[in-house]
Amino acid sequence: MGMTMTQKILASHAGLDSVQAGQLILASLDLVLGNDITSPVAIKEFSKLGRDSVFDRDKVTMVMDHFAPNKDIKASEQCKMCREFCGEKNITHFYDVGKMGVEHALLPEQGLVTAGNLVIGADSHTCTYGALGAFSTGVGSTDMACGMATGKAWFKVPSAIKFNLTGKLQKYVSGKDVILHIIGKIGVDGALYRSMEFSGEGLSELSVADRLCIANMAIEAGAKNGIFEVDELTLEYIKEHGGAEPKIFKADDDAEYDEVININLSEIEPTVSFPHLPENAKTFSEFGDVKIDQVVIGSCTNGRLEDLIIAAEIMKGKKCADGVRVIIIPATQQIYLDAMEMGLLKIFIESGAVVSTPTCGPCLGGHMGILAKGERAVATTNRNFVGRMGDPTSEVYLASPAVAAASAITGKITSPWEVMGK
Amino acid sequence: MKYTGDVIKYADNVDTDVIIPARYLNTSDHKELASHCMEDLDKTFTSRVKQGDIITAGFNFGCGSSREHAPIAIKASGVSLVIAKSFARIFYRNSINIGLAIVECPEAVDGINDGDRVEADLDTGVIRNLTTGKEYKTQPFPEFVQKIIENGGLINSIAEGVIK
Repeated sequence: MGMTMTQKILASHAGLDSVQAGQLILASLDLVLGNDITSPVAIKEFSKLGRDSVFDRDKVTMVMDHFAPNKDIKASEQCKMCREFCGEKNITHFYDVGKMGVEHALLPEQGLVTAGNLVIGADSHTCTYGALGAFSTGVGSTDMACGMATGKAWFKVPSAIKFNLTGKLQKYVSGKDVILHIIGKIGVDGALYRSMEFSGEGLSELSVADRLCIANMAIEAGAKNGIFEVDELTLEYIKEHGGAEPKIFKADDDAEYDEVININLSEIEPTVSFPHLPENAKTFSEFGDVKIDQVVIGSCTNGRLEDLIIAAEIMKGKKCADGVRVIIIPATQQIYLDAMEMGLLKIFIESGAVVSTPTCGPCLGGHMGILAKGERAVATTNRNFVGRMGDPTSEVYLASPAVAAASAITGKITSPWEVMGK
Repeated sequence: MKYTGDVIKYADNVDTDVIIPARYLNTSDHKELASHCMEDLDKTFTSRVKQGDIITAGFNFGCGSSREHAPIAIKASGVSLVIAKSFARIFYRNSINIGLAIVECPEAVDGINDGDRVEADLDTGVIRNLTTGKEYKTQPFPEFVQKIIENGGLINSIAEGVIK
């Protein structure tokens, strides 16, 4: 029986010729990731194992991005603990303030992930790297600790849903609309324990930024991982960012899928996920005026340069609506610098938006844009759970950078087609 | 392993942000995390929960963030077992890794009400509602999972050589 892309990567890392869904395997890891929230718990657990060093100092990385730059004294202690651990263990890839960015935007940019890799990260959005043809999945701090110690983790081999992409995205429709549409279709547990594999002729229409955004939110459908077939665009991206030699795993023609879902990209419209689940996806014909208090453009989902370019195109020469706080967060230092050199930051600031240093900040209600009772935000982030961005009575509406930028101008949730035409 | 306790019941899609809101993630202290457990979903939880209590919930319990602080907060609150219709995968893995007993059993969840007293034997997979007398059957835990939970989690099991 044939194997899926994910199954092939898992088999190769377990030293097996083949694996099948449901099989338990022990696999070698190419990279183990943690952030300033999850690493402290992992470091405490690691210390109980009595090991002097991590399995490979080049294959463990910590990124201080969630509550950094430190939001309070306790957060500063957590970052300090990571800093000291990485110093002591001589960890090569420790990203502190000044070097850090939002982890899942940072690692591909830094060339730390390549096609065919097996990556675990103590952060649920670790599934992002599937965009580059890697198997990557979120785990908890204990798995991170064991991964740091042994370079191995156990997995149950997942079955898969195949998404066959066709068509071409319409203007101002992006990867975010695609993934919100898909989650709306299959639900927040629609891919529970399974892989979401993306392939088809429509793939060539999706930029690497779009693919990273789509793979990033696979977890919001409950998936173990999201993964894209590797093409020329992937290889170009990996080369450009200095990634290691890619290893391409293509699904067998007779690979078995639980389900094949056809997605015609041409039919997807700007989409918004209403509170309090990402599956509450709606297009603009399905709702009326929703007034907003805040807009956030950033995060591991949509804080990339392509996202800022589209937002700037929409906001250029216009003013943010009265009473709306607009917060723009380039996801990495490099994106920040590129956006500055391209004049995007000037456009944002002149329109009345604030531009922040890279941080996860408001996405998880940490800092840099917390919502008060009953307030509403349109955010390019990935979760709209109760209390996610602040007070439990506040509301988060998930959308693309184009929708967020259009909404910043009008003060209500707005389609980019309304502001810019189709 | 047998667990007996009073049930606190929740619905579908209880996410880790409501189990332990991110604003409290600037600490990994178990007691402090427990003092905010379920705060954004059920303000009565921390005053109501007693040692040994059992949580029941619907589908996709523990969805969202990979924060291990979520099962830690539940365990440190005194909860002995979570029975759900299904669990999000990272939460499932994390719970076993830290030694919090969890089990999937949709029929039991439908047949157990908030406040019922329940006894669950995970070696045999029998869940008994002591209030109504009804019995439900689930998959018993595989032996290696039993060992991890009995030893208080994966790290202890590795450190003590129970799991190699």
